[in-house]
Amino acid sequence: MSEVPRFWRESKHRYRLVGTRCENCGNLYFPPRDICPTCRRESINKMKEEELSGEGEVYSYTVVHDGLEQFKMQVPYIIAIIKTKEGPLITGQIVDCNPENVKIGSQVKSTLRKVRTEGKSGIIQYGYKFILK
Amino acid sequence: MRDVYIIGVGSTRYGELWDMSLRELASEAGLKALMDAGIKAEEIDALYGANTSAGQFIDQEHIAALISDYSGISELGIPAVRIEAGAASGGAALNQAYLAVKSGQYDTVVVGGVEKMTDVPSEVANEIIGGSLDAEWETFFGVTEASIAAMIAKRHEYDERVKREHYAVFPVISHKHASMNPSSHFKNVIKLEDVINASPVAEPLTVYDTAPLSDGASAIVITADKKKIKESENPIKVKASTMANDFLSLHDRKKIDSFKAVNKSVKESLKQSGLNLSNIDGYEIHDSYSIGSLIQMEEIFGKEAIKMVENDEYYFNSSHPLNVSGGLKAHGNPLGAVGLYQAIEATIQLRGKAGERQIKGSKNMLIHNMGGLGTTSVTTILGVE
Repeated sequence: MSEVPRFWRESKHRYRLVGTRCENCGNLYFPPRDICPTCRRESINKMKEEELSGEGEVYSYTVVHDGLEQFKMQVPYIIAIIKTKEGPLITGQIVDCNPENVKIGSQVKSTLRKVRTEGKSGIIQYGYKFILK
Repeated sequence: MRDVYIIGVGSTRYGELWDMSLRELASEAGLKALMDAGIKAEEIDALYGANTSAGQFIDQEHIAALISDYSGISELGIPAVRIEAGAASGGAALNQAYLAVKSGQYDTVVVGGVEKMTDVPSEVANEIIGGSLDAEWETFFGVTEASIAAMIAKRHEYDERVKREHYAVFPVISHKHASMNPSSHFKNVIKLEDVINASPVAEPLTVYDTAPLSDGASAIVITADKKKIKESENPIKVKASTMANDFLSLHDRKKIDSFKAVNKSVKESLKQSGLNLSNIDGYEIHDSYSIGSLIQMEEIFGKEAIKMVENDEYYFNSSHPLNVSGGLKAHGNPLGAVGLYQAIEATIQLRGKAGERQIKGSKNMLIHNMGGLGTTSVTTILGVE
């Protein structure tokens, strides 16, 4: 079963951290949304794409030992919720570091990495991960 | 509007039941519920089937039709529909069936829940359970449901000065209670140190902080038919049934270590029943993760919830008996079925038939079933007059 279109649709947002800002209330959202949960119908056609800087701090995190099938070669891996400089919380991996060095409040920045592969010969899916600053 | 009563309950054992298929589990529970209610298939107006993910666990969709067929009632043409709301499917099916009976559309309805989880390896099961999260913005990056629970725990410890012991105790309570329940997946008693020192799943959570993968099915019969209620030996009234929802993903919530939807559905159930917390004699909550138990109790009792941990108030013979069934943690966690087992445990308690784990003088029980971590919340209050 090919999942190419499903991942292709989100590639811009995942490669460049593109969210949406509601021009009615000014709130910025990531992941992108077509409808602002604060303004609802007032936000229709007022959601404008905006790129996030990728900088932020660790809001919460965990070290995963019992991982998903696709990620079992990476165990143990760090999953975190990052509070971005611009406001939205983003969920993703923190890589290239010792888990002991990650704390709530640690400064991070985003980086583009391979996330998963579709089977042995399928497409490689890329996306953001975070590294300590 | 008319009153709705549970007049029959039936459940399979919960556990790794390799010799039983989904259809066998479901029909066993359904048949037991009908026999307990003392009614025949001809008297059923509709079947509501709860199931979370059979399409992925066993490649089978159209579950309600399958259950109806293999329970031998197809010739009767009884309408059968599946309800899915993550792990809250059982509670949601009960809610939908309750509304249908309350409205007068149907008189007597069977609500059954089933999940067959142990036909796949555990990594695959993790992936399927993760299906209740956001596939594009959480699981895509390697997020498991346990990792979401773990991040709630970390932030809760950080913001609220909660200690590990304040939530590690919930599995200990559930195992103690499960040891007294014959249909439990686990019957061993564990200690606080066992929970904290077990192998890690998503730090700080260990394997004992999380509910198991179980097979099982549970079913109940509800009715508003006056004759059936009168003939029933022990009818249990559905005093309230309410649902609420929150953002699907944790990262979209204003406070990640709270369950706003739980607060809302519990408050609405109390209002609907005309009861307050002092009238509730026991609680069955969705203890898929230890930290989830603490947050649910905080949404119900506020800061008191932690004092109640410290004072050992959650045991069956104490002031706020919690998960006397053994909960999802130790009685078992077949996703789509658990919301209905909660209703069965409450019914058994209210009938006074719970044996050594009986809550003395139990008149009202509050049960809370949850999909994801605080995403879908279903509260039901059951009681005797």
